[in-house]
Amino acid sequence: MSGPSTYEPKSGFTRWLDKRLPILRLSYDSFVAYPTPRNLNYWWTFGAVLSLCLVSQIVTGIVIAMHYVPHVSMALDSVQRFKRDVPFGWLIQPMHAVGASMFFVAVYIHMLRGLYYGSYKAPREVLWILGCVIYLLMVGTAFFGYTLPWGQMSFWGATVITNLIGAVPIIGESIHQWLMGGFAIDDPTLNRFFSLHYLLPFVIAGVVGLHIWALHEAGQNNPTGVDPKTKEDTVPFTPHATLKDAFGVSLFLIMFAVFVFYLPEALGSADNNIPANPAQTPPEITPEWYLRPFYAILRAIDFDIGPIKAKLAGVILMFGAIAILFVLPWLDTSKVRSMRYRPAARQFFILFVLAAVGLGWCGSKSPGFSIITAGPYQATVSWIENGSVTREAITSPSPDATPAAMAAAEAAARQRGATSVFVQREGGVNASLIAISGGTPRERTLSAPKSEELDAQINAAKATVGAAAPYVSIKRQTPFVFSVTQLAQMLTAYYFLFFLVILPLLGLRETPGRVPDTIAKSVVAGEAQGA
Amino acid sequence: MMRRWIIALGAVCALGATAAFAASEAEKPPEQHFSFEGPFGRYDMGAVQRGFAVYRQVCSNCHSMNHLSYDDLAQEGAPFAAYRVRNEETHAEDVRLGLPPGAHGQYVNINDNPYIQSIAHGVQISDIDPDSGQPTDRPGRISDHFRKPFPNEAAARAANGGALPPDLSEIVLARAGGANYVHALMTGYTGEQRNGKYVNRYFPGNLISMPPPLSDGVVTFDDGTANSLDQEAKDVATFLQWAADPHMVERKSLGLKVIIFLIVLTGLLYLSYKQVWRGVKH
Repeated sequence: MSGPSTYEPKSGFTRWLDKRLPILRLSYDSFVAYPTPRNLNYWWTFGAVLSLCLVSQIVTGIVIAMHYVPHVSMALDSVQRFKRDVPFGWLIQPMHAVGASMFFVAVYIHMLRGLYYGSYKAPREVLWILGCVIYLLMVGTAFFGYTLPWGQMSFWGATVITNLIGAVPIIGESIHQWLMGGFAIDDPTLNRFFSLHYLLPFVIAGVVGLHIWALHEAGQNNPTGVDPKTKEDTVPFTPHATLKDAFGVSLFLIMFAVFVFYLPEALGSADNNIPANPAQTPPEITPEWYLRPFYAILRAIDFDIGPIKAKLAGVILMFGAIAILFVLPWLDTSKVRSMRYRPAARQFFILFVLAAVGLGWCGSKSPGFSIITAGPYQATVSWIENGSVTREAITSPSPDATPAAMAAAEAAARQRGATSVFVQREGGVNASLIAISGGTPRERTLSAPKSEELDAQINAAKATVGAAAPYVSIKRQTPFVFSVTQLAQMLTAYYFLFFLVILPLLGLRETPGRVPDTIAKSVVAGEAQGA
Repeated sequence: MMRRWIIALGAVCALGATAAFAASEAEKPPEQHFSFEGPFGRYDMGAVQRGFAVYRQVCSNCHSMNHLSYDDLAQEGAPFAAYRVRNEETHAEDVRLGLPPGAHGQYVNINDNPYIQSIAHGVQISDIDPDSGQPTDRPGRISDHFRKPFPNEAAARAANGGALPPDLSEIVLARAGGANYVHALMTGYTGEQRNGKYVNRYFPGNLISMPPPLSDGVVTFDDGTANSLDQEAKDVATFLQWAADPHMVERKSLGLKVIIFLIVLTGLLYLSYKQVWRGVKH
């Protein structure tokens, strides 16, 4: 999209500089004359928002790093001292912590915009992949950053995530120890995480440079997905896009400020203000909201898939969920870029957004949390009151003969008139038998809305009948439970289905709406319809 | 016919195991409507001062507040900051404590603040005697951090039946529910005791090692406020909120200015954007 340069140096100095370092020419061509499609909507302002977020995170981060102490016994104290005693520390620390969340709000909108309007399709594949690289680096940076205060969530989050690497067969354990810098999460881990947290933002800044370069080579996509054809279709970047971006950024900053000044703790976890304690696991280990969808995918796999263990399968899917974005340009077969003209794809896209939000919710709940419980938890407790109890040891000649000996002993006991018999194997050739004869059989049915409450009732029942009958039989009836894990499994399936099946097949089968010939036409047509 | 039997641990054992009653979940702390809530909330400095009295007389026997020093209590905007206020009738200058920032009154230099001096002098701080190099106790100075009740974690656990009293500097930020939770915990004791622990409706697991710290009349308030349990709990929760977030008032008032500025800026940017795009169909 960058045509021949239209920059004309005005003064003697700029002419002199232009011959030696055409940096003003580059800036002019990139940020002033750069032709921008005239029909961009507000979803296109998030690129500017993201640039601002990156600068804000780097600037506040550098200041915090001047006061931060990367040591397990001083890290949390140093963060708290920064907030209390350093001038404007109370402002800079929440700007950085809330800023991470805001960065992800903006990046998710930016990515979904790209997904909806097909901004990943030719000739923008490399632009999209660079964006995915930036996102991956952001995830890493955010994770390392979250561990730095060394609160409970920092420590346990670091434990959970580094443990994942241990799921890799054969070499996993060695890599795990290499990452931690020892045999447990400790000072060496914190030091390397701090080092990486300081490094990666500058790597991000570098890749952002490439991202913008690729953008300016291919030109911006636009809501119609039609390439600009004439000068009619575009306007110069400055002042048109700059002012619109500035307006969007300013709106975004209002939301940012509301969180920084009035809700600085709202997006964080109270547990992370408790100093890290390797001896005490917090009741819930959850990452920050922006990583919860992936955390839900990780935990959704609670079963082995063939030879692949559940843990490894979860890790593969979690990383797969990001990796799949890299190949998206080749998965979507549709010739039409914008979903504005793909009514069927639009429905699936909305479902995809809902699935991602749903996965985020699943990631915040404990996996066993029941969403729907069809009926109460029930248990039948039966015992025999005032029976006479006899105990007997069984010995068989060989381990193979033990089951037969146990069955024979049980039959013999029943013949002697025992109403209940319990046989338990205690080793290769040994077993024990407990027979209860006489007495009155009793039964009690318990019912509770929750599994833990039923356990409490069973324990209570055992305690009350305990003296009369030392042996109690319990039959549980667990109702059908739709748990968070099951929901996460369904949503995970949809996540992958969307990329691997729906987008490839839909592009071949759907009938897209009529796409306008040019951007200018779409603008005029839109006006005619009064849109 | 084989029936599956589950052996209970034995009658006596089962009867004795009262702990087998599954711990019910902690109740949600009720809302207290504190002075510092909401976008324009300020600290009720009287409550913060009374809450400090509760901390000093009760909590500080077991709980440290390592991030606070005595002079923090008397910085501008803090609960024991002294201000000279001219009495319009007598034309005498009164000294008032804990005015909100911007109130009419002249801030008294912290070194001339008699209240904070007497609070600091009233404690014994463990230190190293500079002459002998041996551990010694000396009267506190305003630059000292709050006195630690125990020299180390082992001593704290030994004195508290194995439990470690947490540091209270940031406790309202470190507990879900914040100040409401602190108030609820103080008032949530049922009076029962199990296995040497105390039943508290709001504590996770319901069994807490801390004996009920507050009750009606435990603390005497200088300002004559009725010293009911509820009042003490509310005041100490307010104090702990201030201790965890001493810059809240400053933050909220700057926030208001920033947001008003941003709204005006956004309006101007919108108008310029409309101006530039006027005549450009899009």
